[in-house]
Amino acid sequence: MADEFETVIGLECHVELATATKMFCGCANEFGAPPNTNVCPVCLGHPGTLPVPNQRAIEYAIQIGLALGCKIAPHSLFHRKNYFYPDMPKNFQISQYDQPLCVNGHLDVQVDGQTTRVGITRVHLEEDTGKTTHAGATGRIAEADYALEDYNRAGVPLVEVVSEPDMRSAEEARAYLTELRAILEALGVSDVRMEEGSLRCDANVSVRPVGSADLGTKVEIKNLNSIRSLYRAVRFEEERQRTALESGERLVQETRHWDENRGITSPLRSKEFAFDYRYFPEPDLSPLEPDPEWIEQLRAALPELPAERRRRLAQEHGLEPRQVAQVGASREWADFFERTVALGSDPKAAANWIIGDLAGLLNEHHVALAHSKVGPQHLADVVRLFASGHISSAGAKSALAVAFESGDPIEKIVEDRGLRQVSDTSALDAVIEDAIAENPGPVEQFRKGKEAAINALVGHVM
Amino acid sequence: MAELCDLTAHELAGRLRSGEATTADVVDSALGRVTAVDERLHAFLVVTEDLARRQAGRVDELRARGEPLPPTAGIPLALKDVLCTRGIRTTAGSKILEPYVPPYDCTPWGRLDRGGAVLVGKTNCDEFAMGSSNENSAYGPVRNPWDPERVPGGSSGGSAAAVAAGEAVWALGTDTGGSVRQPASLCGVVGLKPTYGRISRFGLIAFASSLDHVGTLTRDVRDAATLLSAIAGNDPLDATSLPGPAADYAEGLDAGLAGLRIGVVEDWLSMEGVQPGVRDSFHAAVDMLAGMGASVDRAELPHADYALSAYYLIAPAECSSNLARFDGVRYGFRAPGASDVVEMNMRSRGRGFGDEVKRRIMLGTYSLSAGYYDAYYGQAQKVRTLVIRDYEKAFERFDLLVSPTSPTTAFKLGEKTENPLAMYLSDVFTIPSDLSGTPAISIPCGLAADDGLPVGFQFMGRLEDERTVLRAAFALEQELGFTARPPLVPAAAG
Repeated sequence: MADEFETVIGLECHVELATATKMFCGCANEFGAPPNTNVCPVCLGHPGTLPVPNQRAIEYAIQIGLALGCKIAPHSLFHRKNYFYPDMPKNFQISQYDQPLCVNGHLDVQVDGQTTRVGITRVHLEEDTGKTTHAGATGRIAEADYALEDYNRAGVPLVEVVSEPDMRSAEEARAYLTELRAILEALGVSDVRMEEGSLRCDANVSVRPVGSADLGTKVEIKNLNSIRSLYRAVRFEEERQRTALESGERLVQETRHWDENRGITSPLRSKEFAFDYRYFPEPDLSPLEPDPEWIEQLRAALPELPAERRRRLAQEHGLEPRQVAQVGASREWADFFERTVALGSDPKAAANWIIGDLAGLLNEHHVALAHSKVGPQHLADVVRLFASGHISSAGAKSALAVAFESGDPIEKIVEDRGLRQVSDTSALDAVIEDAIAENPGPVEQFRKGKEAAINALVGHVM
Repeated sequence: MAELCDLTAHELAGRLRSGEATTADVVDSALGRVTAVDERLHAFLVVTEDLARRQAGRVDELRARGEPLPPTAGIPLALKDVLCTRGIRTTAGSKILEPYVPPYDCTPWGRLDRGGAVLVGKTNCDEFAMGSSNENSAYGPVRNPWDPERVPGGSSGGSAAAVAAGEAVWALGTDTGGSVRQPASLCGVVGLKPTYGRISRFGLIAFASSLDHVGTLTRDVRDAATLLSAIAGNDPLDATSLPGPAADYAEGLDAGLAGLRIGVVEDWLSMEGVQPGVRDSFHAAVDMLAGMGASVDRAELPHADYALSAYYLIAPAECSSNLARFDGVRYGFRAPGASDVVEMNMRSRGRGFGDEVKRRIMLGTYSLSAGYYDAYYGQAQKVRTLVIRDYEKAFERFDLLVSPTSPTTAFKLGEKTENPLAMYLSDVFTIPSDLSGTPAISIPCGLAADDGLPVGFQFMGRLEDERTVLRAAFALEQELGFTARPPLVPAAAG
């Protein structure tokens, strides 16, 4: 039965830009500062204050647009999106509406070796809101005794990346978000930490009969705090919708909340209010008209993007597609790999050690690569000593495990723990002759056929 | 002999330089006038007496040490209460900001403060600058020094009345639909609204951002030029601020009218509701211009008829968004007793805002709503473009356009409060320059024959061409020799 439906997914991602200051004022843009310390009259919406756009934020947004193959609009506008919410100091958000900064791009994603091109509708700039904490026994909005507002985040520059509904599976949605994150990471424009909210994602999910050109009733899922949440939420939602349609229910267009613990989506009550945002052009700001020369400079200065890098990893280092996919999944891993290779390692061997043993250790101990005590030098030493036969496979694994704990150099670990394999036979011969000379008893017993007597000799040699 | 506070800033500057008077004397004089008349006029919401005396002492000290001082130093100034002043309560004439003390200075005051200006106080105004009579102030109306039964105009009525009555030598106001020029006209003083972006709006509590201008209220045109020079110039805190530093606008004031082509917007004079005394005073002044070497001809602004309607869609739309921030959450008035945040917002706004402000928030919310945007806000923006083109076209033929500033002289308190549309017509000649962002000035051109009250004469110039506006206004002012003072001013009365 399930084969009769297909899932249609579009993603809206919000990216907090890693600028030094906020979008429209000079306050520091940093995560985790004490509440209401990075605020000023402008981002608190005091009467008479005016927004002044952050040039670096515009630059970052254009870079994102270029990396996603967008057209950079020669003329775009900031609009006001009007609605009341206590964490939004002006009770309107400066955003972009019908004339965004970047349009018509695309992002290629790979699932099981198949490439799908996902259209990028738009990339636009806006400001973030503050953060509301509902205080009270239950922590639920409706039962809260009071709410606390932290405006440190109010006015932080935000880029929204809106995709076309071009994805057909949770796997594709996951691949899209992974790839988008890798691109943002390569550009260095955001911390892309989903757990801290610097990368946020809402998913629009619908199902329709296979072959239908019309879109089904769409549900927007919020509160997706990790790539895994996105994957699970889409899987849950497509199943829920499919089951509902199969049993003849009618779906309603709504916003649903992903509950990570229970693994389900549920309707958000706030949709009881149908918002009319009364968009109109922000009169305090001039249209954005970036100099075409500046755009070309930014284009020329784009760093190597993940797709290009993966191509290079395959061509330059001869990695297999499976290795490329894993080593090239993020800038961090690819950098680690390439630094290891630069230290003289054989690329394939290095890749296998990284995605095999090192990844295993990181997983097992829940450590991020960035915080790992094992660096490219450790890995290069392991690869080299193993390839030259100086340590056995078991020795290499145990040296890496020790380095993972202590961070000590591999050579030192090998010496300290006696992991070195002696392959110089002339040296070995001398030791064996010593053992025979010094153990006439066991030698005699062995010659008479008592095989166990050899153990004493082996012990001596070791 | 006139008291010090009745002199112009440039006359005072001469006396201060020569040592005939100290800043302390000047400030005493102005504060004395406030004490004498403000109970009747109610031009001030806050009088900053201690600050003024301290600042006066500091300026006198600097002068005694021979420090170079700008022409604004030591001159008593009043600021409309929509201009934020650090540490000094700023209410915008509204209950909702009754407890509000800004943590920062607006750019114009910041610049004047650094130049040794002396702040007498914050002046009363229509709530959030919405009004043409000052009757919309939450703190009670201002009265016209020429006749306390009459309004001073609005919304910068407090600033205009204070300058007319000698409570301040000059003042800043704001002009969104005529709020500097119309009260200047009704109070017999000079009101200048420069090009949009000429004076920073940073710290001006917004009414309608694309229309809000800071302007000056002074006793004569030379003072307007001097005050403008002190506060103009690019401000990095206002993204709509014009580039470049401030010019010296007093330079070339006396170049005369020779060679200037002046267009009279005759159609406006035949409009219903133009007071005969206003029309006559205006025409007499136009005749003078012709005699002074200017060429005078009839000008057309065909879409100006629609300007008022467009204005009353655009301004409320922007106001509905600008005033959303007054919600009781972070500052200002918070109504007690609400059980949740939405109720708190609604109660605070319901009790904090006055009727006219609510009317405009509702109008604006409606005209921006889904399904109505194109018909109202969108259409109004198109009309605005047509008005701008009208001016561009007229300025191909003319260097300046002239008209009365307002259709009538000062009207009685309560006369138009029941009829908002009649009140809105008071700004019909000033609104077009706000829509187009072009500079304009109102100077007194005599007392109307029918009621003996001051009549304002308006010069409108090209974008960024304040110089020609000031030069022509200066020439006409010299020729007119208008010296009448309101009867409420003791020296003039005595």
